[in-house]
Formats: sequence, C-alpha cells, structure tokens
Amino acid sequence: MLSTEIKKRITSVVGHENFDDSKAGCLVYSYDATPQFQALPDAVVSPRNTAEIAGILKICYEYKIPVVPRGSGTNLCAGTCPTQGGIVLLFKHMNQVLEIDEENLTATVQPGVITQDLIRAVEQKSLFYPPDPSSMKISTIGGNINENSGGLRGLKYGVTRDYVMALEIVLPNGDIIRTGGKLAKDVAGYDLTRLFVGSEGTLGIITEATLKLIPMPETKKTMLALYQNLEAAAQTVSNIIAHKIIPATLEFLDQPTLEAVEEFARVGLPTNVKAVLLIEQDGSPELVEKHMLKIAEICRQNEAVSVQTAGNDSEAEALMTARRAALSALARLKPTTILEDATVPRSEIANMVKAINEIADKYKVKICTFGHAGDGNLHPTCPTDSRNSEEIERVEQAFAEIFEKAVALGGTITGEHGVGEMKAPYLELKLGSAGIEAMKAIKHSFDPHNIMNPGKIFAKESRKRVVISN
Amino acid sequence: MSAIDEKLAIQAGFRERLDENELLNCMRCGFCLPSCPTYIASGYDEAQSPRGRIALMKAVRDGMIEWDADVDRSLSLCLGCRACEPVCPAGVSYGHLLEDARDIIQQNKRTSLPEQAVRRTIFQGLFPHQDRMRSAAGLLGFYQKSGLQTIVRKVGFMKLFPGHLASMETILPPVPSKRDMNNRPESLQPIGKKTARVGFFSGCLMDTLFLETNNSTLKLLQLAGCEIVIPKNQSCCGALHGHSGEKQGSIDLAKRNIQAFEDLAVDYIITNAGGCGAYLIDYNHLLSNEPLWAERARQFSDKIKDLSEILVELNFHQRTEFQLTPQIVTYQDSCHLKNVMDTAQAPRLLLSHISGITYREMKDAGSCCGSAGIYNIVEPAMSMKILDTKMKHTKASSADTVVTANPGCLLQMKLGIEREGMSERVRAVHIADLLLEAIQWDN
Repeated sequence: MLSTEIKKRITSVVGHENFDDSKAGCLVYSYDATPQFQALPDAVVSPRNTAEIAGILKICYEYKIPVVPRGSGTNLCAGTCPTQGGIVLLFKHMNQVLEIDEENLTATVQPGVITQDLIRAVEQKSLFYPPDPSSMKISTIGGNINENSGGLRGLKYGVTRDYVMALEIVLPNGDIIRTGGKLAKDVAGYDLTRLFVGSEGTLGIITEATLKLIPMPETKKTMLALYQNLEAAAQTVSNIIAHKIIPATLEFLDQPTLEAVEEFARVGLPTNVKAVLLIEQDGSPELVEKHMLKIAEICRQNEAVSVQTAGNDSEAEALMTARRAALSALARLKPTTILEDATVPRSEIANMVKAINEIADKYKVKICTFGHAGDGNLHPTCPTDSRNSEEIERVEQAFAEIFEKAVALGGTITGEHGVGEMKAPYLELKLGSAGIEAMKAIKHSFDPHNIMNPGKIFAKESRKRVVISN
Repeated sequence: MSAIDEKLAIQAGFRERLDENELLNCMRCGFCLPSCPTYIASGYDEAQSPRGRIALMKAVRDGMIEWDADVDRSLSLCLGCRACEPVCPAGVSYGHLLEDARDIIQQNKRTSLPEQAVRRTIFQGLFPHQDRMRSAAGLLGFYQKSGLQTIVRKVGFMKLFPGHLASMETILPPVPSKRDMNNRPESLQPIGKKTARVGFFSGCLMDTLFLETNNSTLKLLQLAGCEIVIPKNQSCCGALHGHSGEKQGSIDLAKRNIQAFEDLAVDYIITNAGGCGAYLIDYNHLLSNEPLWAERARQFSDKIKDLSEILVELNFHQRTEFQLTPQIVTYQDSCHLKNVMDTAQAPRLLLSHISGITYREMKDAGSCCGSAGIYNIVEPAMSMKILDTKMKHTKASSADTVVTANPGCLLQMKLGIEREGMSERVRAVHIADLLLEAIQWDN
C-alpha cells in the first residue's frame, strides 16, 4: 500500500480522478493476457501528458516505487502484470494521433493510440503502417513499441522496430529526452530509439512516437494451400523464399488449430487436412499475378493437395481475420492455454515443426502449432488446465525442451511476444551469462533503483519457471 | 444481515453458482474490449469491460477480493448487450455469468424496504400478469387522453423530474384503448397460400403500449402465408426479471410460456422484440438444471425466430411489392437480436427491397443505443452518454427514418431524436410498421 503522503503527492500531479487505489480498480489491472500470472498493484494512475508522467516518475524514483506502464494489457509474456506491486500507468488520456506528415511519410502519435485506429487513419491518406499484431483491434502503439510486436506481415515488411523513427521518453529520474527524428539517416550517437523499442517498459516511459509510413500497395491476393503432410508444408515455405519471392504473409496452421479456428470463425477452412499455408502477396497487379502463379506451382510441387485463391477482398479478409483469432480460438479447447513463440531461421522450419511434435509425444501433451512460418516464428500452443498440476509440470518440461531445441537450431526463445516475467528464466539459454550481464549493465545505468517494470526480462535465477496459481 | 454477512453470503453464492469452467474459459485476450459500449464510453476503464467484469467475478469467487460497492457498480453498469459474445474467440457465455452474478447479489444484498416493495410490485405484481399490464397501460392512457397530460405539460410539472425522464414522458406512444387491448385474436388464417403454421409470442409491453406494432406484425405474417396461433395463457418472457437479478421469477414465467406453446404443433414461435426473442431462445439454458423441463425448454427454444428472419425464409421480400416516398432509411440493430439471435442481415435485406427509399447504414449500427431494458431509467448518465454517440452517427447518416426491431430500442431512439430537437424531421419506427406501410403505400 502507498503511504498517505505518497498518495497525496501523486494526486497533486494527476488529480484525484486519475488516481485509483480501490480494490476493484486495482484488481482489473492485476493481469494481462498471459495465463497463470496475476498480482495486485498498489494503485492505478492515468496521467494526461508527458509533464505529469515526469512528475510521477520523480516521486516513484524518490520512494523507489515500481512503475508498470500498460496499454490494453494484451501481451503474452506477463510483461504488464504488476508482480512486484507499485503503480500501473495507463495511457487512456494520451490516445491521439498528433500528426500525419505526408511529405516525410510519418505519423506522430501518443502511446495510447489503438493500433487499428492508426492503421485506419493513415489508410485514409493511402498510406500504410504494416505492423499488424493479432491483437491490433485493441492493442496500443505504446504497447507495440515496448514489446516490439510483430504480426502477419513481418516477413516482407518487418516488425514494429522497423517503423519507429523517433521517441519522446521520460527517464526514471523524471528527465525527458527525445531520440531520433523524421530522418532517414541519423548517426548522432547511440541509437537509443532502437534500444527502447522492445525494452518492455524496463528503461523508461515512452510518451510519444514518430512512426514511418510507406505507400499503400496497389493490390493484394490471398491463397490457401492444403497439405496432408506437415513437413511438406514447411518445405514449401523454404522453397518459396529460395525462389526469391517474399510474400507479404506466409502463415502456417496445423490440423488441431484449423479445427478450433473454423469452429469459431466459420469461413470455410478445411479441417480434414494436416496443415494449411495461408499466403498473401501485395504490390502491383502484374507482380502479384506473377508471384501467385509461381507460388501455386511451388505448393503443388510440394504435394499440396489443393491450392485455392480467395475470390474477393472480403473472402481474403475473412481468412486473415480467422488466422488472427487462432490463439483465442484454441482457448475453446481447454480452460488454460499456454502459448509460446519460439523462432528459428526459416530454413529450419521443417525441423522445428517435427521436433515440436516429437516433444509433445514424449511428454504426452497436446500441442497445436500455428504461426508466421515465413519468418520462422512459430506459436506452439498447449491447451491445458491450470488446476491439473501434474499435467502443467509436463507442459513446462515440454516447453523448456522446445526452447532448447529452438536455440540449438540457431533460433530464439521469443520472436515477438517479449521475455516479460514468463520467459525470463529461459533468457540465459539464448544470451549466455555474459550477454545477460551486458543487458543488466544497460538496465542499471538507466534505472539504478530498479523501479521500471521490475522483475521483467531478468530472472532472479535461471530455472524452470514456477507455476503461479491462477 | 450485517455488512460482513452480506459480503460472505455473496462470495459463497459466487462459489456455489458461478460456473468455474466458464470463468476460466476467459483467457483475458482482450478481444472483447473494442466491442463494449461501456468500456468505450467510460474512456477505456477496464472495470467497465467484459474482461474486467469477469476478472472481478472470479476474484470475488476465489476470495482474492471481497464483494464491495465498486464491484457492484461495475456489474450494475453493464448494459447486458452481449456484444462481447460474438467477438469472443474463446466462446465465453458472458451473459449467463452476468445474470447469475446479478441474481446472487440481488438475493443477498441488503436493500431498503421501499426498494424491496417497488421490486415486488414490478416483478411479482405487474409484469407476470397481462391483465394488470393492461390496467397499468390503461392508467397511462387515461393520463394521455383525459387532458391531464396537457395540463401537466402546461404547468411544467415534468420539469421537476430529471431531464431524461421528462423527455421520456413525451415520447411514450399513445396507449390503445382498453377494449382494443382486451380484444385480442387467438388465431388468424393466412392470406393466400399457407406456407407455415406459427405461434406468435405477443409480449407484455408489445401487446399493450405497442399494440399497433403487434397488429402490423400479425398482418405481415398473414400476408406471408402464416397460419397464426396466439395462445392466451402466455406471459411476459422474463427478460426483465433475469437481467435484474430475479432469476426465480423468470424461471416461473419460462415454464408458463413453454406450457402455453408446446401442444400447438407450430413450426416456429415468432417474436417481434429482439429483447424477448433472445431471452426465449435462452430458455434451454435457464432450465438446463431442471431434468423435467430441460428437453421441453430445448424444443421451445429451437422454434424461436424473429419476424424478419421468418419473412426472409418464406421469401416474402421476393414476392411482395414494397414502396415508400423517397426518404433515407437507416437500421439500428437490437443488441439481443444481433448478438444472441444472430439476426442482423434479414432486417437489412427486407429494407433494401423497399423501392423509393435510400438505405444508408449508420456507423456502429450494431452497437448498443443505451436502452437495455430499464437501464436508461436506472443508469441515466451512462445511458445518455451512449445515446449521444448514437445520435451523432444517426445525424451523420442523414436518415429521415430510423428503423428498430425492439420496443426498448424504439423508445430510446425516439428519446434521442427528441433530445436532439429533430422530431420534426426524423422518425423512429419498428420494422413491422414500416414494412406494412410500404405494402399499403398506394392505398
């Protein structure tokens, strides 16, 4: 609990109406979309501008109070769960698109802007902001930047990191800095912009961002290829890229995922095949046509049993929307759904899919796999029940082995969800102890009192994560 | 009961009766947030979202927090529009959780004696008895016709009431005569070739205040070839009870309605009120724990169909001439019709077959208007905020006619039009009345 004095000082900055320490008020910010993590903050604070955030951080710095910035709470790594209490910082008052600059092709936004609102706003000017995490209907740009979110279009267009040009940041001591600019080239000192993207709220609070926009592609086409053999589907992915074609989207869904998604979305996905690839290409009509023909040919050479192209835009959109619902649809199968995002070089996709299935068999757990096959980013997902501790134990072991396998194949423990608290115990697998020390040194120099989202990224010790009761 | 006993009783009720699997099914993905009118209108307050409300129910159930006034507030402020259900990929039955939670709270909460008396009068004394509904409507009719209404308005009596109640008084439709309310047909023959045999669920409000709309509905069904049975012993659907934490009352009404319709050998049971239809279609859930009733309830629920849906199914729009004077028409979804009965395309399809008009979809037509049963009376601030947004979209559509498919929505849209001072130019109508008008246009 915060002392009366601290409470008084914070409310003098933001006003009583923007400070809430009621039980119900705290409870609804005690979780994010990560299963098995929940902890109550001491208060929830909703600042109205950068100056107020600076004021809050100065107080927190002085009293060493944890600060957890939170967008819409859709992340999957327990990145915004206030596991050490403190203050949850909301951005509901800071949700404006400040500027769309058509000469420099940039958008300047406040952190609370909903991703899809931004995408819609720039589309009205025939511009394109490609990062499209599955939660984009409600996720915020601030959350996307802090988690360096990916999405379905990552293969061709990159991820959030590739579109952040400039940031305004409040440092833990209350100092306000600006990084980058509307500049294609800028080598003035360290690239702090890149450092803060994906920093998971552990270094400072992002209060404004300037994002890169690109011209809207002229047209796009969507295709569905069906397989009776998982590895043949994975091999197709490698072959498409080897033919020097980079599709905008190249998604993979296995049979259990297909069944769950179709049950929810009812867009006519086949459920009697072992895997499908959902492929989208955009660009000029001639190029799209040429690429789609070639891709179809490659699919058939790799034993695709059927290759279909979406008849119109709404059919294509339905397929993409269905894919975005994959995770949540899998949640229909069992009460608890644990999802990871182990990522490998795309040439290793076939090996990774095979390994996941073997590991699932070994530990007798059900694992459904879908994901962004084109960029090697898979989402092995386990429908389970947090009340069954014996099964949860096996799930944990299976995922630990999946992470090890991914790293052994030259991959990583997380491609786009972030480390948060959920994957902190596995970080050393990827970085080694020297790598972790280097990162800790950066963290310490920005945040000596460890008040910024403490407990995230760095685990107290490297071990298998303990299950926190739900 | 002391305050502590009250909290413990509510927590115990949550533990016994709230479906744990359903609570765990919510995986907190947050996909429901953009669909929730109170989340948006509250400026993105998680406590006013479906995910937040489920988390609160679960936390009280698990003993993580106690039930208190803030938890109560969050659950009370929910419209119950159930827009979160179709967008929930995990398929959480939010409406059922909310209804059970409200029932547990209502049965264990310390309420003042006057509130108990009012609730008893409304839920036990009035709505279950159609004759008393007619008398109550009759009183209102007397008020409107005796000149009392004119006097009340002249002396400015209604100014003494909160703004929205005063406006509400002006938008109530003229009450039909008591004789008309009493002389209801029990069966009607099809006009032309018979296409189906249907039961008609007349509804308590629809068969009093909105009698004309019921007449239009019956006429349309006849024209579509329906042989209609209207059992006299049916009663109020129980939605109002269910949404207000009076579940036992709604169970009693459900049984009466099932009995009233089950031996009539009808193909469908037709409703013209989304709010009632959605409750009727849920009887199988309401009675799922009663072995003697579960199967009968399922058979009843399977037959429930909205007017628009049956008209489309019988191809009425293809074989009928609809025509109106040039005007812009828009459609405001009834939340329960759309989110629970999955009827959103049929009304639009019917409207698009009216020649002479321009159909124009308004922005967020599928989002709640803030009526939500008696929500606009008990939660006026939030309701009016939601209505203001709705009217902004209505204005932007330039509609002359706003069509709805539920009495609550109809009154709320009339209220919105009145509040915006647009009643000279814009009207709100029930789809049944507009369709009949479009058939009789040349007369």
